[in-house]
Amino acid sequence: MIEIRDLHKKFGALHVLKGIDLEVQKGEVLSVIGASGSGKSTLLYCINGLEPIHQGRVVVDGTDVHAKGTDVNKLRQKLGMVFQQWNSFPHLTVLENVALAPRIVRGLSMAEARDVAAKQLGHVGLGDKLNSYPNALSGGQQQRLAIARALAMEPDYMLFDEATSALDPELVGEVLDTMRLLAEEGMTMICVTHEMGFARDVSDRVAFFHQGTMEEIGPPAQIFGDAQSEHTRRFLANVR
Amino acid sequence: MNDTIHFFSGFRPADMVFLAEAAWRTLLVYGVSIFLGTVIGTICGWLLFEGRLLAAATLSPVLDIFRSVPLIIQLVLFYNFAPIVGLNLDPFASGVVILTVYTAALVANVARGGIEAVGRPMRRAARSLGMSYWQDLRYVVLPIGGRAVFPAWVGVALGVMKDSALVSVLGYVELLKASQILITRTQEPFLILSLAGAFYFALSYPISRYAAKLQQRWAQ
Repeated sequence: MIEIRDLHKKFGALHVLKGIDLEVQKGEVLSVIGASGSGKSTLLYCINGLEPIHQGRVVVDGTDVHAKGTDVNKLRQKLGMVFQQWNSFPHLTVLENVALAPRIVRGLSMAEARDVAAKQLGHVGLGDKLNSYPNALSGGQQQRLAIARALAMEPDYMLFDEATSALDPELVGEVLDTMRLLAEEGMTMICVTHEMGFARDVSDRVAFFHQGTMEEIGPPAQIFGDAQSEHTRRFLANVR
Repeated sequence: MNDTIHFFSGFRPADMVFLAEAAWRTLLVYGVSIFLGTVIGTICGWLLFEGRLLAAATLSPVLDIFRSVPLIIQLVLFYNFAPIVGLNLDPFASGVVILTVYTAALVANVARGGIEAVGRPMRRAARSLGMSYWQDLRYVVLPIGGRAVFPAWVGVALGVMKDSALVSVLGYVELLKASQILITRTQEPFLILSLAGAFYFALSYPISRYAAKLQQRWAQ
């Protein structure tokens, strides 16, 4: 379980997260929606410790992410993350991209790491691209490569930071299909997204962020059909 | 009266051997300096990147001095003043020390540029996979940044190769010094300098060819 209590985050004078309280249960799919600059992506960075926090706690399976002495590198193995930009390692083949972290972080042998990588690449539909270099792949394929790279660490949670925002419209579908597949397989996911269809159809709960606060959270039917907050209704009216 | 003293004599085959030995000494002083200078320069570049304010305030001015002062002045000053502080170095060692520092000063900025070229998002992606800071540096930043600035490094390496001729002012008999000795004896500057130039070309050309091949391979 991921447990967030009174989370505050500032960038200089900018107060980006203003006291977030949130729990995400194992197996749950949570979509986080809201306008740009509302703190959605920062929330993910605070969850896996890529950004330090100013106040509050983030606890993953009983481990306080930001406590002194926490082995954050080890913790991140539980928290796969997919970014807006896919950030493939350009000097490595598709297979090596995925096999690198299992080998050097998990300590698998080269052969084991390559087996794990090939399996995950097959899982996301890139089984025929193992020896290609990332620059030979489309944006959608590179994003699926990023998903396979995160999955190869066998994480318990997956964090998606606007995974489809940088893609051409015709490539969005293949990445969303992969995310749907993971959700169906029971992966715990927190998805910061602008894809309202995905949030409505796939999520167990949807959280709406507004100016650094979590304005509203609930099942998709509530958020999309009967939002309590005026800000939520206005945001959804604008994006539809 | 046929007793004429000949001060000058023509170019002999043995002089080719003399030039080849000098070319080897050029390669030696250059090879050691470029290797050490690249290692130290990369560390300095990393310090400049990570140390930020502190490195900018301390390391940057020192590197600026070595980058800006003509190499020949650095060589002469170091060779003549080092014994005052108890460093009795021969011309080879003095040349290596100054060429190394000079190379490091040039490579530092190249290396910093390489680290900057990788970008924060890429590094965050690596760290999000559980890589430690050093693993990220070794497996992501070094290969990606290294390739980005490789052409700039080759430029530095070829420049230092030619600059290594200045070590001759310390009396180290490398290629240029050997040429001067032969010119004095043979009075055939055109031939000798052409040969020396050919030796420099023979030393530099494989580097630039190999570099071009590497870049071609990486681009695929």
